[in-house]
Amino acid sequence: MGLLEVKDVGKRFGGLQALSNVNLSVQENTVHAIIGPNGAGKSTLLNCLIGKLIPDTGSVTFQGQSVLGKKPHEINQLGISRIFQTPEIFGDLTVLENVLIPCFAKRDGSFRLHAFETVEAEKDLNEKALAMLEDVNMQDKLHMQASSLSRGDKRRLEMAMSLVQDPKLLLLDEPTAGMARADTNSTIDLLKEIKEKRDITMAIIEHDMHVVFSLAERITVLAQGTPLVEDTPDNIRDHPKVREAYLGETQQT
Amino acid sequence: MLGLNQRDTKFLIIVIALTVFTPILLQPFPTDSGLAQFNAGYPDLMQRFAIFGIFAIGFNILFGLTGYLSFGHAAFLGVGSYSTVWMFKLLNYNVLPGLVLAIIVSGLFALLIGFVSLRRSGIYFSILTLAFAQMSFNLAYSVLTPITNGETGLQVYNDDPQILMGENGITTTHFFGFKMNSSWIMDLGPWQFTFNFGYYFCAVIAILAFYLSLRIFRSPFGLMLRAVKSNQQRMNYTGVSSRPYTLAAFVISGMYAGLAGGLLASMDPLAGAERMQWTASGEVVLMTILGGAGTMMGPVLGAGFIKYFENIFSKINDQVLHGWFAFLPDGLENALVWLLHPFVGKGWHLTLGLLFMLVVVFLPGGLVELGQRIRNMFRKKPDANDDSNHKPQQSPHVAE
Ligand SMILES: Nc1ncnc2c1ncn2[C@@H]1O[C@H](COP(=O)(O)OP(=O)(O)OP(=O)(O)O)[C@@H](O)[C@H]1O
Ligand SMILES: [Mg+2]
Repeated sequence: MGLLEVKDVGKRFGGLQALSNVNLSVQENTVHAIIGPNGAGKSTLLNCLIGKLIPDTGSVTFQGQSVLGKKPHEINQLGISRIFQTPEIFGDLTVLENVLIPCFAKRDGSFRLHAFETVEAEKDLNEKALAMLEDVNMQDKLHMQASSLSRGDKRRLEMAMSLVQDPKLLLLDEPTAGMARADTNSTIDLLKEIKEKRDITMAIIEHDMHVVFSLAERITVLAQGTPLVEDTPDNIRDHPKVREAYLGETQQT
Repeated sequence: MLGLNQRDTKFLIIVIALTVFTPILLQPFPTDSGLAQFNAGYPDLMQRFAIFGIFAIGFNILFGLTGYLSFGHAAFLGVGSYSTVWMFKLLNYNVLPGLVLAIIVSGLFALLIGFVSLRRSGIYFSILTLAFAQMSFNLAYSVLTPITNGETGLQVYNDDPQILMGENGITTTHFFGFKMNSSWIMDLGPWQFTFNFGYYFCAVIAILAFYLSLRIFRSPFGLMLRAVKSNQQRMNYTGVSSRPYTLAAFVISGMYAGLAGGLLASMDPLAGAERMQWTASGEVVLMTILGGAGTMMGPVLGAGFIKYFENIFSKINDQVLHGWFAFLPDGLENALVWLLHPFVGKGWHLTLGLLFMLVVVFLPGGLVELGQRIRNMFRKKPDANDDSNHKPQQSPHVAE
């Protein structure tokens, strides 16, 4: 059984069936890409995994435990972390503070009233956050306000916020969208490096085929809310149905 | 020192010094000069500065850090006052039990109101708190008369138990024998300074309250509260449950308000329902925004500013105005008095309202921002072609 099991998930928005009969199994320690045309339901599927949305039908289990009905923070505490399609950061806080918050969440759980220590006195966590920011090459921007970062930097910051928690499952929604080519390549390298260093499973949504084929070990193609095929990258590349439904469509746009 | 970094220690020392010398600093004009009416160094007013400073410091922990705007904090002020007066009635005039009870009761009360109100955010949260406060006001005014003495207000009567009073007990509020209304007056040439025990009692508590809030601002808890304001959704996806954090902030700020209410009753052993009215809740919002929400010093400045206006501007009447402009020709004198009349005396609210609008429009960071701008004006001059826009933007520090 996979680390993450999605069974017969369906989700409807008014008249739109955004997801139907989605079955997906993400195996431990693999990078699993989910691709598909715009509006295929990829982000909706991720939203159902992290508690932002509750699917109408079906089940979602993580390590054999159902996540349906759990609150977003409880799901994160199980070891699922997500990077959003548009960067979600704490704009008013500094870069370092942005990374410290997930550090505290990881160490202290979802709530602890520590009103009398200072943030600086938490040496271990500060070092951990600093090391993480070095990994994403942001060590010279520690005290900048996060909202003033460039889009690419915001994405890297968000990546650091997730990775610093050492999640078991990392969900990435278009991690390289809006990045320059060089940044995209360094993100690929970073993710590869992370993959080598730790036991981590990734589910990655991406339009950039270069990123997908550099990282993915399994690929699921989603079209109109339903998985079309799931296979290895080599087989997906040449799959006629995929070319028709997905790659064909991207060539038009 | 005291768990603060160097910068904050310096800051705290300045605040302590200002508080200690308030009776002198607020009395800059000789007693017989025409400007003496602008002096604010009398006990009653100074006590209010300290007490409403505490109220605003507490309010700022909720509003300044988390962005949750409560329109019902006066309810806790009132609860604090009632609790304290009850201790006077049951035990004796020592303020300590009353203050302790005020903090406990207002904390429990805040837990209840916060638990319900914090299920919503934004305007709905504000409306819920407002509704709760109005409910409390109405209850205090009518239904709960046995506890609150309704319209008359709660006060101490001769036939109250006062079980710790003894034979020759002190008949005014005191702290282990030190009476709140005892003052030492110092005459220095034409100046007169009043050092009042009640003021210093409030001031010491205000400094403690300030210190505690400084610690909270710098703590991981404070960081979480600022994260709530910045992006509450994101917090939840980061594994933090934001609700208990906001609830803790709400309860702490409610306890600050209760303490302030208890101190009001300790200076003057009365408690009335009007203390809980929505105007009183609005006042602390004004104080915090006027001074600078989310800054350490802002709420205290705002509280001082508003209380000063309330007490000093409201006392200026037409006669005083005529006195000021007597040197002008009669026609001009009358015209000026006529022009200024709506803004002074009972019209002080109008002046305050105008000032508030000016601050919100031109100084969104409140009086603290004004101070920072003035300081920068003096600092920046030498290197005019230093283009600060191209430097990495530093995030504004929550000090000052
Ligand atoms: N909260 C919502 N309410 C109503 N409709 C929604 C909502 N969220 C998504 N949708 C719709 O559901 C469909 C799937 O959207 P989704 O964002 O999951 O697509 P996607 O595969 O992530 O697309 P993209 O590649 O553009 O990010 C779209 O038609 C979208 O308009
Ligand atoms: Mg999407």
